[in-house]
Amino acid sequence: MADLQANRAARSAARREPTRRQIYEGKVRRRSLTIAAASTLAVVAVLIVAIPLAPGWAAVKKSFFNPDVFAKTFPGLLNAFLLDVAIFAWCAPAIAILGLAIALCRDVRAPALYPLRLFGILYTDIFRGVPVILVIYLIGFGVPGLGLPRPWNSPYLWGSVALILTYAAYVAEVFRSGIESIHASQRSAAASLGLSSADTMRYVILPQAVRRVVPANMNLFIALQKDVALLSFIGPVEIFRQAGVYKSLLANFTPYVGAALIFLAVTIPATRFADHLMQKQMRERS
Amino acid sequence: MATLELQGVVKSFGANIVLDGIDLDVQDGAMVCLIGASGSGKSTLLRCMNLLEPIDDGMILLDGNDISTPGLDPQPVRQRIGMVFQSFNLFPHMTAVENVMLAPRRVHGKSREALLPNVADLFERFGLADRMGHYPDQLSGGQQQRVAIVRALAMTPEIMLFDEITSALDPELVGEVLDVLRALREEGMTMVLATHEMGFARELADKVCFLDQGVIFEEGPPDRVFSAPERERTREFLRRVL
Amino acid sequence: MKLMTSTALVFALMSSSAFAASHCAAGKTLKDDVLTVATGNPAYFPWVMDDAPESKQGFEAAVAYAVANRMGFNDDQVTWVRSSFDQAIQPGAKDFDFNLQQFSITEEREEIVDFSAPYYSAAMAVLTRKPVVDGGASSDVETLKGLIWGADANTTAVPMLNDLIQPDKAPLLYGDNADVVEAMKANQIDAALFDLPTALYLGAVVLDDGVVLGQFPPERTDNPDQFGFLMEEGNPLKECVDAALADLKADGTLAAIEAEWLQETTGVPVIE
Repeated sequence: MADLQANRAARSAARREPTRRQIYEGKVRRRSLTIAAASTLAVVAVLIVAIPLAPGWAAVKKSFFNPDVFAKTFPGLLNAFLLDVAIFAWCAPAIAILGLAIALCRDVRAPALYPLRLFGILYTDIFRGVPVILVIYLIGFGVPGLGLPRPWNSPYLWGSVALILTYAAYVAEVFRSGIESIHASQRSAAASLGLSSADTMRYVILPQAVRRVVPANMNLFIALQKDVALLSFIGPVEIFRQAGVYKSLLANFTPYVGAALIFLAVTIPATRFADHLMQKQMRERS
Repeated sequence: MATLELQGVVKSFGANIVLDGIDLDVQDGAMVCLIGASGSGKSTLLRCMNLLEPIDDGMILLDGNDISTPGLDPQPVRQRIGMVFQSFNLFPHMTAVENVMLAPRRVHGKSREALLPNVADLFERFGLADRMGHYPDQLSGGQQQRVAIVRALAMTPEIMLFDEITSALDPELVGEVLDVLRALREEGMTMVLATHEMGFARELADKVCFLDQGVIFEEGPPDRVFSAPERERTREFLRRVL
Repeated sequence: MKLMTSTALVFALMSSSAFAASHCAAGKTLKDDVLTVATGNPAYFPWVMDDAPESKQGFEAAVAYAVANRMGFNDDQVTWVRSSFDQAIQPGAKDFDFNLQQFSITEEREEIVDFSAPYYSAAMAVLTRKPVVDGGASSDVETLKGLIWGADANTTAVPMLNDLIQPDKAPLLYGDNADVVEAMKANQIDAALFDLPTALYLGAVVLDDGVVLGQFPPERTDNPDQFGFLMEEGNPLKECVDAALADLKADGTLAAIEAEWLQETTGVPVIE
């Protein structure tokens, strides 16, 4: 008994000193850090030294990385980006609602409602199958061309509709995968309590499904933020078009670089956040 | 309280016949235990009684009324027959008390306020008074299973079905759940259990049914089935599990 | 046998062209004795007829051949390639000797590419549709401010709009002429600013009820829209092109070509 206690005391005293394993792992970690830093430095150095050596670097620098042009156009680009943000802001909720509705259409089991289900299937097939830009052209010019009066023929309106229709198809599929990922035992439990299938969907399945697909939907909404720029093809002067105007006037591509930076400033934090959510969810489920 | 009667119930999944002509009589206030190896059809039988699985042939009578008629709305029946599952199946996004109140609110249209006294009583009775606001993942397995039982009881069922409700529990948590069943038994609840807890079945059941390959191979009062099984296959099974 | 004929043919071509192009442009083109000229994709009326510059039909096609001839290339030595605006101004080597598709000469563009002397001074014109005219739009600039405007984002029409008309609402901008017209058909815009010949063509051919409301003569703006041949920065061919253009201007050839292809541009009312 005394022996045992002595042993334990010795071990806890030793714990203040690093164990052999801790020393070894510390060494390995330091070594990895050194190698990683050295190789990163080497690559960056090669890029910094090698790229300017390319014969066309001077020309590329002048037309893509021109500080004067950048300074002159950046405020205008930032201002135009507000339109992108606004379009995103009114499209995103509509996409979420329509996407959910389509997902529910596809989940309908009653034979009388089969047309709804068929509609859901056709809808997702068609709008996931056609490039966004084509949908924007066809709806943005085509529907107003039917003779709608102002302001109902606005390219902002119909361009947004095109984005909403397209992205709702993707979001619907994500919701559907979420709904299907909820274990059948949850439906059984709800059914055994006498809940109707509508109540089961609304109170049991959907709340879980929607939460589960938040990261996947976030990725879609990041893609949407970028695709908002496609609306420029039918008239709205958002950041991509504004950059194009500057490019045309100044014969210089630097405004595009500026626009890219503005997009990155928004999308990188958003993707990081989505990744973070995704990892958190994976930890919780394992 | 009610009686449940099964006549020649047949259920198959594709080519796999799971129940092959089950006759079973559950008297009002009785406790019937289904025993048998995994895959013998115990769970399927319970799911059929709750109409979670439609049966292929035969009849299920609740108080003498056929509830297995194809096309019959299962909801009213399920409100009279409660069920508790092996893996608890609590709704993970709701607190314990929300889990319990959901069905009475939606099905019976009662308000939270109206339900609360009764529900709080149930939690109190099963030792869960301080767990009402907890989410399922904040509860132990035994607590979750007791919440699941409370959830079924909150619908005031006439018959309760229990599908191996202690099988997913750590051994030290089994007792607290069996105590709940014991309490229900004393109240005279009509119960059908699929279980591996032979001691518990022997102690409390009115009738024990040994299922094998989709049929009730042997049934009778627990003392007789456990101490003097008539069939060789029953003897073999009991030798392995006791 | 076939090989021999084609070799002989190539030889014959080379010797004759070597003689013809012996002056200014010799050795300064992408390929020896071949002048590579770029135009838009597609190239529009009346600059190039039927999208076929080889036919020499259309104002820019005719000017290109006239300049080529003056530089010592015969018609067979001219080859055509296509390019977009972005391809034309991107840094790096070009795949053309010069590029003409109504490129306006601007100071900023001059920093990235070279332009020849101007070959055409374009008036800016207002293209609209009959219902808009019926609604009260006229060649009085005050009636134009309230319209919803459109323009091709790649053209100098964009700054001119703000300069000349100062519309009340921000204009809608498009990637190409066809899209501007499409928006006009969809009634999303009331009017658009184009160079005059383009406006005339779109108004007459593409739009059913198109009207060219009026023009802003080149001298109305601080930076009149003048078209030049676009060339790679520092292209030694520039002096030859400029010399050829000066020649064509001096002897009246350029004016004659303009009269042949762009004669309708006279008679469009001037916007006050």
